[in-house]
Amino acid sequence: MMRFLTLLCLLVALALPVRAVEPGEALKDPALEARAREISQELRCLVCQNQSIDDSHAPLARDLRLLVRDRLKAGDSDEQVLDYIVARYGEFVLMKPRFGPDTYLLWLGPGLALAIGIWILFAMYRRNATAPEVPSLSSAEIARLDAIVKDHER
Amino acid sequence: MIAEIGHFALVLALGVALIQMVVPMMGAQRHDAAMMAVARPAALMQFALILVAFTALLWAFLTSDFSVSLVAENSHSTKPLIYKISGVWGNHEGSMVLWVAILALYGALVALFGNNLPDALRARVLSVQASVGVAFLLFILLTSNPFLRLDPAPFEGRGLNPLLQDPGLAFHPPFLYAGYVGLSMAFSFACAALIEGRLDASWARWVRPWTLAAWIALTLGIAMGSWWAYYTLGWGGFWFWDPVENASLMPWIIATALLHSAIVVEKRDALKSWTVLLAIFAFSLSLIGTFLVRSGVLTSVHAFAVDPARGVFILGILVIFIGGGLGLYAYRAPALKAGGLFAPISREGALLLNNLLLAAACVAVFIGTLYPLFLDAIGGPKITVGPPFFNLTFVPITLPLLCMVPLGPMLSWKRADVLAAAQRLMAAAGLAFVAGLIVLGFWHKGPWLAPLGMMLAAWLVFGAFSEIAYRLRLFRIPLRESLGKAWHLPRAAWGGALAHAGLGIVLAGIVGMTAWRIEVVTALKTGESTQVGDTVLTLEKVGLREGPNYEATTGIVKVEQDGRFVAYMLPEKRNFPVEKQEKNEAAIRTNFMSDLYVVLGENNGQGAWTIRAYRNYLAPWIWIGGVIMAFGGVISLSDRRYRVGAPLRARKLRLNAQPAE
Repeated sequence: MMRFLTLLCLLVALALPVRAVEPGEALKDPALEARAREISQELRCLVCQNQSIDDSHAPLARDLRLLVRDRLKAGDSDEQVLDYIVARYGEFVLMKPRFGPDTYLLWLGPGLALAIGIWILFAMYRRNATAPEVPSLSSAEIARLDAIVKDHER
Repeated sequence: MIAEIGHFALVLALGVALIQMVVPMMGAQRHDAAMMAVARPAALMQFALILVAFTALLWAFLTSDFSVSLVAENSHSTKPLIYKISGVWGNHEGSMVLWVAILALYGALVALFGNNLPDALRARVLSVQASVGVAFLLFILLTSNPFLRLDPAPFEGRGLNPLLQDPGLAFHPPFLYAGYVGLSMAFSFACAALIEGRLDASWARWVRPWTLAAWIALTLGIAMGSWWAYYTLGWGGFWFWDPVENASLMPWIIATALLHSAIVVEKRDALKSWTVLLAIFAFSLSLIGTFLVRSGVLTSVHAFAVDPARGVFILGILVIFIGGGLGLYAYRAPALKAGGLFAPISREGALLLNNLLLAAACVAVFIGTLYPLFLDAIGGPKITVGPPFFNLTFVPITLPLLCMVPLGPMLSWKRADVLAAAQRLMAAAGLAFVAGLIVLGFWHKGPWLAPLGMMLAAWLVFGAFSEIAYRLRLFRIPLRESLGKAWHLPRAAWGGALAHAGLGIVLAGIVGMTAWRIEVVTALKTGESTQVGDTVLTLEKVGLREGPNYEATTGIVKVEQDGRFVAYMLPEKRNFPVEKQEKNEAAIRTNFMSDLYVVLGENNGQGAWTIRAYRNYLAPWIWIGGVIMAFGGVISLSDRRYRVGAPLRARKLRLNAQPAE
């Protein structure tokens, strides 16, 4: 059992995760290949519907995968590879849009919505807390109420 | 002839829906019982007519009547029976007929089983429901008539997109629609209550079962869609944050929030205004989902209709109903009197926090889905919003929510003692911690977040057990008494706990799948082997096989474990000559702890085939958990306080008991 577990852990560590990547596409250097895969998942296949080039079997996605690997082999940093591709294909190719004037609302919107929600809850709570206590019924009122209820039940 | 009957029935249904929309509402405003009484027969009639239309369409598909243009475009005589049936809704026009059929079905159910509703409320609900029906029947008749004829009729149809020829996808749309459209009931109840200006605990009791039914269908529909994506799209993903998936996720999130807030209205008469707003939003998001999918503004496999006239029409429906609902809300909601007060730390407070986080999570999905369209519309650059965005926004919002799920049911109403509640959860927390440690021991090489994720999943499951144990006073009173209590515990409590546990199981599946999956891609000649984890796969043979309406290239893959033969797996590539498309059929072998997933790829021309093989740990749990959640919903739905007519019977019993006093 223990041998099985060690083997399993070892395999998890060694297995190069690949998806649409064809055999032969992968780079020899595992560290470089891992970076290529990381970058591939951030890039959109331009002719597909919402798939990353890492997931897509389209020929264009394959071209882009090879391009990413070429740039990495040429010694580019991750950021440089992304810049290189964006310069050719536009911001559309990025799965994760860059933070900028065009996307302030996109990136800040959800947090803003949460903040507004929390603020409304606080405002409501404070209003409720400062609201005057509802005066409780006097004993005479309670007696009258009981009489009405009894009357009604009969 | 039969197609014409179907068309005629749709026109008649529109007429009946118009009457159902106008007369009962006027009756309710004028306190005219006779006019209000029109609502029930009209709702039943409307459903019967739409059923006739649907059956006519089904008949056209079953008999392969290619003189009907829709059948010619979407069917083929050699298609297996099940896909002839599912072909009815595997296209734009037919799916809209299914949409109105389900809408009318809900109306008919209210008419049949709504005996316990006050007459005026029932009349108004059915009237609002009919107005939705009018809008969509008009849409069908004016822009998407399914019964158009072709002259001359072709000899053969063009077939159905092979991706849609799949048992999982055959029943995915009906469930999804039953969910989407079911939320129209919540909307109708909300509008009726706003028009009436009265909303009390009994309203929540009436609206909850409908919302719950819609939620169950939506849960199953989403699970089915995700399962389909998992085994069909050929790389084993289960959720892609695709706009069409998001379109179904948003109503689900808000329906979940609505289910929770309706509890507060029912039990404590608080949060009324917010609950009504949620009911309006839930259906609005269903409509937005329909718009996104049906108008073709999104390019996606789901968008069969790329026709601007239809898009504009649905947009019009959208504006009228969302605008109308929100306008009514703005006008009437201030009249709703706020109910019971509560301290921030209480069951109500916890449910409110649940609602806040769910609403914020929905906003994240909404912005992420629609922002590219919005930016494009205002002339900005084209951008893509992909999974990284949702991982950075949706996930951080839902994590605290998941952490709090077991705590909520332990808090008492009005004012709660957090320490006492936490004490009741000590055992669950301890067990979750141990589970996390065990996972860490097994998988210390994986991502460091994974054991934490599994800990959270275990916390949800054990937390649900703790809740039941606490309610049964398990181990604190004799076991026999506990079992007696179990029998009398409301089914809603069982259902809620089950749904929460199911959520934990889904989470475990997602964590296992994303953190530890093993992936191998390699080219194999026949006779060669590869290793996936501890499993050895050997490609024995690749051959051709004749399917009913396709030709398949089938790989025979031998699976061995520890030198022992386990099974043969048969991944296929299917070629559909009629549709001229190819589809990959992955072979999946599950042992409920993990899936072995094998895909046959291309031949490289030198006798070797690309084989993609995956070991997906805990993957089946995602869908098992989803089914458990839905099952929890079903249990909760069978709670006696929602059972049809239960309040009425109780009232009668009380009346009968009176003379004895």
